[in-house]
Order: sequence, then structure tokens, then C-alpha cells
Amino acid sequence: MDTYYDPKDLKKFADISEGAPELWKKFNEWYGAVFKAGALSEREKSLIALAVAHAIQCPYCIDAYTQASLEKGADLEQMTEAVHVASAIRGGASLVHGVQMKNVNEKLTM
Amino acid sequence: MQARHKSMKAFGENLADANEQLKIINNSNGFPHFDEKFEIVGEGPLRAGKVEILQVNVGKMCNQVCKHCHVDAGPDRKEIMTKETMQYCLDVLANNDIPTVDLTGGAPEMNPNFKWFVDKIKKLNKHVIVRSNLTILETNGYADYAEFMANHKVEIVSSLPYYKKSFTDRQRGDGVFDKSIAVIKRLNELGYGKEETGLIFNLVYNPVGAFLPPSQEELERDYKRELRDNFGIVFNNLYTITNMPISRYLDYLLQSGNYESYMQKLVDAFNPAAAIGVMCKFTLSVGWNGRLFDCDFNQMLELGLIDDAPKHIKDYNASLIEGRRIVTGQHCYGCTAGSGSSCGGATT
Repeated sequence: MDTYYDPKDLKKFADISEGAPELWKKFNEWYGAVFKAGALSEREKSLIALAVAHAIQCPYCIDAYTQASLEKGADLEQMTEAVHVASAIRGGASLVHGVQMKNVNEKLTM
Repeated sequence: MQARHKSMKAFGENLADANEQLKIINNSNGFPHFDEKFEIVGEGPLRAGKVEILQVNVGKMCNQVCKHCHVDAGPDRKEIMTKETMQYCLDVLANNDIPTVDLTGGAPEMNPNFKWFVDKIKKLNKHVIVRSNLTILETNGYADYAEFMANHKVEIVSSLPYYKKSFTDRQRGDGVFDKSIAVIKRLNELGYGKEETGLIFNLVYNPVGAFLPPSQEELERDYKRELRDNFGIVFNNLYTITNMPISRYLDYLLQSGNYESYMQKLVDAFNPAAAIGVMCKFTLSVGWNGRLFDCDFNQMLELGLIDDAPKHIKDYNASLIEGRRIVTGQHCYGCTAGSGSSCGGATT
């Protein structure tokens, strides 16, 4: 393997249970419950997951939640808007730290 | 993938040959054979029950050339059911308690004897479903077909792969979405899709790509809201249908490098509850030439009924048809994945 990320590794996710089966079981139950339709639809949850996947830049999650979003009835337009939301928050998070820069600047300069 | 203007058959493509398709899909690739998987259901081998729906493919000619079409239909296809074969179907309907006739194609309206056939079936007091692609209803020569179907209380089932233009046109061809919307407005004016008229108009969603359909119930809510709010359109039910890995869709899967993963997805998503409700248990499929099949997909793969069952509609014999073993293949996983899939949508 000449890369840290191999798409085939996604299928090995469940092997993580070998080190801590009880924790894996709890994670799975919780994970499954999180993505069930509730106050938000399954499609809305998939689109949130897709946006978060981009924010944390997880290739496994991007692969899985692009597929999941399509299978929940989303289209390219909706998925692209979700990615823009993630990007806007990431970009905005950098920019809003400019306030700290200004605070320091104000303190240090005449 | 480029838009098509002719069938695979017209271009002499390998996959236009059913045997070439079968070579690919029945090469197990490590997947269990469908029959083995079906054993989980606990009913023994898959068998047909009483025929409730006679699904008649009246021809492969179509005004559209959709990328996913399992019939490989198109304007160049000349296979059209004759009046003589239609009469054999009518004889069977007259002599057997089969309440519903499901007319498919191609565009069924393009069969020159379509109106005659529908009229005769209705006179036998059968419920008639027509799988209309919508755009044919605004094509020259077919202007009065919508009214004809309304007058005969025909149920219309039509594909609209998405409630937005992009996905629909990518699958069915440029301009299909706008034309379909215009025709649906006309159908609504005739009373189709409105509870009080009894004129049933159902839409069909097919995934536009290598993925499984969403929840039918949830997507129906989206379709109803979006089509009502954006176009003032109403319809009765949405059917979500899984794409079968055959014909043009198989070609797409192979060309896009999605074949293995799509088959894996279908096998992984095998649902015993969906398998219990598969449509071949209560549907009999008739080909344009009168040959009998367990379903429209087996028809396109030229997999006729099992050995001791009749092969042609003129030889119909209920006692040999009912209880027969269904001819299966790896494509059958398409009907049992997730919520299940049939010509009437999800099966669970």
C-alpha cells in the first residue's frame, strides 16, 4: 500500500471491534440510533454527515455519505450546498479569529 | 455517459445480446447464487402463485432512448405485438380470473392496435395499467391518447426519476422533464391524480446512478410537496424501483466501473421480507411475440418459463402456470434489496 487511505479499508471498519468489542457494540447502537429519522429526516441527517465529513476531511466518510445522501434522495445540488455550508463555517471560523488578532494588535500598538 | 439516440441493438453492441448479459451477471464473482440466498426466506424454492396481473409487453418501440432502459427500447426497435397475439391475450383474460392487465413496452401507445386492445380488455371488466413515458402523449399522432385513457379509466404509471430537471434529463434525455411536466398538467386537467375522480396516476422513481432507491414513503412526501409547490401538479403514489443490472443499465455499470460494487450492494441488502413479496409470485409476463416469462426482466434476458410450463400465451394453462418454479438468476437480487422492488414499487 503506497497511501494511508485505501477505499477497501472502509470495509474493515468493523475489525476495530477486535480491540474493544463492547465499546464497538455501544458505538454501533448509538450510531444507528443517531441516523434514524426523528425530528430530522434521514436525508437531512445524511447531508449533515456529508458536510461534517468535508469539514473534518475524512475520505471514508465523504465516500460513505455521498452514497448515503444519494440513497436518501438527495441530488448533486443539495450535496454541493451542504459542502458549501461546511466550507463557509471552516472559512468563517478562520476569519472570526481575526477578532483575536485585532485584540492583540490593539493592545500592542499605539 | 453520453445521451443515446438509438438502441444498443441498432449499434450491434455485444450487450444487446441476452446471452452476453447472462454471461456477465451469472458469473458469480463470489456472490451466493440467488436461490441459495432465497432459502433464508424458508418457503423452499421461489414459486408462483395465482396470476393476479398479466403484464403484456406490446412492443419495444419507444420515442425515448433512456440510459437505464432494461428493454433497450428506442425508435429503431421494430418488435411490435400483433393483433393476433393480442387476441390470444384477450382469450386468456376472458377465460381466467386475472383482474389486472399491465401494458408496457417500449411506449405501449406506439403499438398501432393499442386503443383496440385497451378497449377490448376494458370490455372484459379488467383493470388496465399503462406504463406511459408521458412525452409520447404530446407527440404528433398521439394527441388524443390521454383523453382515450381517461375515458377508459386506465391507470397511468410514469417514470419521473426526480422532481427536478437535472436528474430526469440525465437519465431520460434532454427536455424530457419539461415535456413530462407539461403532459402531467394535462393529465391533471383530465382528472388524473385527483382522489375524487378515481383516475389513478402514479409516478416512478429510478435512481439515476449506481445506488439504491430512498425510502418510498419519505420520497413520496418530497415529490408531492415539490411538484405541487413548483408546478401545481398532483399524483396518487410514488413507486421507488431499483435498477436491474441488465441491458443498458448493465452497460452503464460496466462502463462506469460500478458493476462489482453495485452487485455487492444488492447482495448485501438482500431483505427476506422483500423477497417474500416479489412480483413474479403473482405476475405473468407476455412478450411482444406472445412468449411467456416470469417477469419483464426475465423477458429481456430471454429466460422463458420453466420446462413443464407453457411457453406461449396461446397455450396458457392455469394449472401449469400456478405453482410453477420461477426461473432465477443473479439479477433477481435487484428485486429483493432493501425495501424491495417491483413494478408497483417497494414490496415491504
